[in-house]
Amino acid sequence: MKSIVSALVLAFCSSLSLSASAKDTVKIAYIGPLTGGVSANGIGGRNSADLAVRLRNQDPNAKYKYELVSADDECKPNVGVQVATKIAADNSIIAGVTHYCSAVAMSTVDVYHKFGLPVMVWGAVLPEITYGNDYKEIHRVNGTMINQNEVAAKFLTGLGYKKWVIIHDTTDYGKGHNKYFTQYLTKNGGQILGTFGVTADQQDFTAELTKIKDLKPEVVYFGGLTPIGIRIRTQMDRLGIKAVFEGTSGIKSDAYIEGLGKLSEGSLSFIEGAPWEKLPGGLEFTAKYNQQKYPDAPEAYGPFAYTAANLIMDAIEKAGPNRKKVMDVLNKTNNVDTIIGKVSFDDRRQNIVPLISKYVAQDGKWVVWEDSLYAKKQRKLGQ
Amino acid sequence: MSFDIFLQYLLNGLMLGVIYAIVAVGFTLYFGVLDVIKFSHGDILMVGAFAGLTAYIGIAGTFDSPWLQLLILVLISVSVAAFLGALIARYLILPLQKAPPINTLLVTLMLGLALREAVRLFYPNGSNPKPFPRLLPTDGIALGEFTLRSDSLILLLTGIICIVAVQRLITRSKIGLAIRAVAQDSETARIMGINFRQIVLITFMLGSALAALAGLMNGLYYNEVNFSMGLLLGVIGFSAAVVGGLGNFYGAIVGGFLFAALQTIGAVLLPAIFPDVPSAYKDVFAFTVIIIIMGLKPTGLISEKSSERV
Repeated sequence: MKSIVSALVLAFCSSLSLSASAKDTVKIAYIGPLTGGVSANGIGGRNSADLAVRLRNQDPNAKYKYELVSADDECKPNVGVQVATKIAADNSIIAGVTHYCSAVAMSTVDVYHKFGLPVMVWGAVLPEITYGNDYKEIHRVNGTMINQNEVAAKFLTGLGYKKWVIIHDTTDYGKGHNKYFTQYLTKNGGQILGTFGVTADQQDFTAELTKIKDLKPEVVYFGGLTPIGIRIRTQMDRLGIKAVFEGTSGIKSDAYIEGLGKLSEGSLSFIEGAPWEKLPGGLEFTAKYNQQKYPDAPEAYGPFAYTAANLIMDAIEKAGPNRKKVMDVLNKTNNVDTIIGKVSFDDRRQNIVPLISKYVAQDGKWVVWEDSLYAKKQRKLGQ
Repeated sequence: MSFDIFLQYLLNGLMLGVIYAIVAVGFTLYFGVLDVIKFSHGDILMVGAFAGLTAYIGIAGTFDSPWLQLLILVLISVSVAAFLGALIARYLILPLQKAPPINTLLVTLMLGLALREAVRLFYPNGSNPKPFPRLLPTDGIALGEFTLRSDSLILLLTGIICIVAVQRLITRSKIGLAIRAVAQDSETARIMGINFRQIVLITFMLGSALAALAGLMNGLYYNEVNFSMGLLLGVIGFSAAVVGGLGNFYGAIVGGFLFAALQTIGAVLLPAIFPDVPSAYKDVFAFTVIIIIMGLKPTGLISEKSSERV
C-alpha cells in the first residue's frame, strides 16, 4: 500500500514539474478600429500584430507563449477610452499595441498612464500623443504628421505648384494636419486660397467644393481619413475640379483605391519610413503575412503594428511579464533593428523617423513616387 | 459671386433638396394617414440602397446594358423596401394603433437601430463604406465654372417626376382619394366602405418605396453607400416634414428644399462672415434656423388649418 502511495506521489510530482517546464502564457493587447469607416487599416494592423505573435510562438527559444487580446476602438474617442480602460484594468495584460486614429490615441493616453500600462502607438500621427505629455507609458513606433507635412509641402512646391486649398476634418487629426501643413507650405512659398473644416462623417461636400472651384486652386490638400477622402475626390470629379488631390497618410490604404476605382489615379499620399516594400525586412514581412492567408491586406501601417508587437515581446522576454519592467526596457529602445529600419526613441519615446516616403496612385496601386510614371514625366498630375 | 458659380450652388442645393423632400414626403404620408411618426424611415432608405447594391452585384455579370441593370436594381430595391414597409405596418404599427403614440415612436426607433446594426454586422464587410456602381452616363456640359453632368440632371429630373407622380397619385387617383379620406377622418372613411387596413398597408409601402428611391439616388449621386447613411437623412427628412407642417404633402417638399438651402447657405456664408467658423457648422446653422422657425410657427410653415392633410 505504502509503495502505491509513494508511486502516486511520485507521479503527481513529476506531472507538476512537467507543467512547470511548459511555457507561461503572457497576454498583450491590440487596439485599433476593427469596424467603421477605417476598419480596413485597423484589421490590417490587427493581423500584422497577430502575425508577430504567431511567429514568436513558433520560436522554440521564446521564454513565453503569447496571446493577443484585440479590442475595437471604432476610431471613436469615447469608445477608445472605454476599451482602453477595460484593457488597462486587466492585470493579466502586460502591454499594448494601440490605436490607428489620432483622436482616439490622444484621448486614451491618460488612461494608460493612470493604470501604468506600457503601450506602443502603431498608426496615429498627431504629434501631441507623445509630445503633448510626459507619460513614460506612451511610445510611438511610427513618425508624426510634422515630418510628413514638411515633406508634403516641400515636395509639391518643388514641383512648381503655388496655389492650395485645404480641406480637413475637424477632429484633432485633421486640425493637426491643417496646422503643420499650413506652417510648412507658407514657409516654402505656397499660397493658401482657402481652408475648409468639415465633419468626419459628412456626406455632401458640394457646397465647399463649389466655393473651392471658384478659388481655382492648383492643389487640393486633404487632411483626413479614407472614407471622406473617397467622397471628396468623387464629388470633385462631379463638379469638374481638375486640381491635384494631395492626401496625407490617412488615405494611404487599399480601401481608398478600391472605393474610387479609376478616379484614384494621381492622388498623392505620404507615409513615414522608407518604402517598406524596398526594405529586406518588408519583403520578408509580406511573404510571412501572405503565408498566413489573412483575408485582408496589412495596409500601410501593418508593418508598424508588427514592429510594435515585436518590440513589446522582446521587452517581455528580457524583463519578464511585469508592466513596470517592460516599460523601462521599452523606454530605453535605441538603434534596434526592425523590419521598418532602425528604431530609436527620443526623450519623449517618439521613434525618430528620418525618412518620409511619397506615394502616388497609379493604375489602381499606390506606387512609390520615384518609381512612378509621374516622376518619369510620362504622366501628369491632375489630368 | 459670378453667375456660373451661383448656378452650381443652385444645382447642388436642388439635388440635396429633392432627396430631402422625398424622405420628408414619406414621414408626412405616415403621419397624415395614421398620426404615426415612423423613425425607422431613414434606415429603410439605407436598406433600400443596400438591396440595390446587392442586386447589382448579383446581376453585374449577366446583363451588359447599364440601363437594364439600373432598371432591375430599382425594381428590386423598391420591392424590398415596400415589402419591409408593409411588414412594419402590419406587425408593428397596426397592432399598436390603440397604444399611446410614444410607443409607436419608440418601437420604430428601435427597429431602425436593429436594421442599421443588422446591415453593419451581417452584410459582408458591412461596417465599411461601399462603392456604389456608376450606372448613369457621366458626360456633361461646362458653362464657365458651372458643370452639369448628365447623371446629376437625370437624378434631379427623376426626383422631381417622382414627387409630382406621388402628388398626382394622392390628388387624382382612387387610391389617393381613399388615402386622403382616411387621413381626414378614418372612422367616417371606414363607414363609407374604405378598407382601412389595406389603405394603411398601401401608404406604408408607398412611403418605404420612396425611401428606397431616395437611397438609390443618394448612392448614384455620391457613388457610395454606408450603413449609417439613413441616420442623418432620417433626422433631416423628419425636420423638413415638421417645419413644413407634419402631415402636409406640400409642406414636406417646402421643408426639404428649405433645409437644403439652409445647409448650402450655411456652408458658403458662415466661413465668409466668420473666418474662424469652419463650414462643418452648416448643419448646426440649418438646425438652428429650423428651431427658430418652429418657435415662430409651431404648426409648421403650411399648417393644417389652412390646408388639407396629405
